[in-house]
Amino acid sequence: MHPNMSFEQAPPVWVPYRFFLTAPLFGIVAGLLLAWAGPAALTSRWTPEALALTHLLVAGFMLQAMCGALLQFVPVAAGANIWRPGLVAGLVHPMLAVGVSLLAAGFLAGPGPWLAAGAGLIVTALSGYVIVVGVALLRAPVKGATIVALRVALLALVVTYGFGFTLVQGLRGSVGVPLVEMTNVHAAWGLGGWSLLLLSGVSYYVVPMFQLTPAYPAWLGRMLPWGLLAVLLLWASRLLTGLAEGWLSWILLAGMALAGGFAVVTLRLQAKRRRRVPDVTLTFFRGGMVSLLAVVVAVVAAIAVPPAPTFSEAPAWAVTIGILLFVGLFISVITGMLYKIVPFLNWLHLQRLGGLTIMPPNMKEMIPERGMVGQMRLHFVSLAALLLAVAWPPLTVVAGLLFAASCVWLEWNLLSAVRVYVDFRDRILAADACHAPG
Amino acid sequence: MSTTEVLHHHHKHCDELFADAEAAALKGDWEVGGEGFARFRGELLAHFSTEEEVLFPAFEAATGMSGGPTQMMRFEHSQMRELLEQMQAALEQRGRDAFAGAAETLLVLMQQHNMKEENILYPMCNRTVADTVDVAAGLRERLERV
Repeated sequence: MHPNMSFEQAPPVWVPYRFFLTAPLFGIVAGLLLAWAGPAALTSRWTPEALALTHLLVAGFMLQAMCGALLQFVPVAAGANIWRPGLVAGLVHPMLAVGVSLLAAGFLAGPGPWLAAGAGLIVTALSGYVIVVGVALLRAPVKGATIVALRVALLALVVTYGFGFTLVQGLRGSVGVPLVEMTNVHAAWGLGGWSLLLLSGVSYYVVPMFQLTPAYPAWLGRMLPWGLLAVLLLWASRLLTGLAEGWLSWILLAGMALAGGFAVVTLRLQAKRRRRVPDVTLTFFRGGMVSLLAVVVAVVAAIAVPPAPTFSEAPAWAVTIGILLFVGLFISVITGMLYKIVPFLNWLHLQRLGGLTIMPPNMKEMIPERGMVGQMRLHFVSLAALLLAVAWPPLTVVAGLLFAASCVWLEWNLLSAVRVYVDFRDRILAADACHAPG
Repeated sequence: MSTTEVLHHHHKHCDELFADAEAAALKGDWEVGGEGFARFRGELLAHFSTEEEVLFPAFEAATGMSGGPTQMMRFEHSQMRELLEQMQAALEQRGRDAFAGAAETLLVLMQQHNMKEENILYPMCNRTVADTVDVAAGLRERLERV
């Protein structure tokens, strides 16, 4: 350890890594489940397989990666300490992983004890997580669009799992709830609240940083969290007031305008980037933003194009939108960011461990470039196959296998970075042992 | 104009110099890349020394904080100086991959370093040393020597 150097709030490297290394495993399981279930799985968003797949992707892959990233990101971007990050990660990570596995198994097996146990574990883990991260965010000395977005995102996470837990009780028949309506509210807060706001908050920080783009306009940072919050509250008010479908369509369109605005601004900033070298993260980000714009188009079409008069009655659109959001937008962007964050954290931790005497391998020596580019191509091929499988179901098995394969490759790439980290750390420790007095 | 605004602007200027040098070198145009890198390196080092010799001592004297944020910033400057050396060596050997890797590492380190300065340290400096130092003159003087 370098003398007199506090670790500057950054948590130990295993805190984010245990989440990052688990996330793709849920993607592998989801791909294999889709291949095993076959064409029937994607006929509607309500099949047991579709519900299990959805939660493997959003609560397995996405939420794992997001929770791990936030534990790293909050201290760096907000200057706020997280209370005992090692302990928090050590508890939240396994509970979340087991909880989501049980939840997915519960969807497949029917509303029994597994579903309840899974939901209980997830709610317990996330409640602890939200308190710890929420306190850090409220105490953050840094002001600005990122912090506001993260705070509202965290609030939306609470609403999401609160409704999710209630839905599980409803499915098991212990409370009477309007299942379809509440599921739409749960999904909107999870995707349009927690996930999109977290993505926006992180984007304000990393998009200018990685590609040297101009900063995001201030109006977007002000408008997005409060605009989305207003849309989500109106969307949720259907549970109390029984809003007419016509109103719901307008609320949905307002949400789409906000999300589409974020995508357009991001693409425009990236087009104006000063750094013009090829970059996997950039391509992943652009793929994600194009997917988000495709969602906007699909939702508008589902509302406007006859014979589908309302969004909720258009099952094919719903599955397509789900694929575009989970795989096209969020998993693309998360993967792209992992390919920057993991090499940098490797370098940072090794560099501090070795001081200025032993310089670690540079960022591009942590994960082979060809591996990242190949995995990215496979990821986008699998996205295309999944979308085609909605229209042409015989493709479902192949699409599932392709997606599983792209997640295996991602896991392999992340593990190769971990291998570089461990090898080099051992070399530093061995060198230290040689030089130690006595 | 606040005490540190000139440093804030100079960060952006260094970003541009970096991007031009990196793009040229990665295209294999070592001539232009080398010239661009020399300019970037000179300006970045002038930036560091302005902070280390003008701004930080004033901040440390005014607040009595010498082991805190400024020590961290000095340490990151030394990390970036080392990466500049790696880029220089790669440039001399025309090693594209070595140059690209060191450049990528420097960029991310530099960006998060700048973000910490702009969001945390500079505002602290503006509150504590506003009238006691002329950072702009210090930077100008050092840039003339580049």
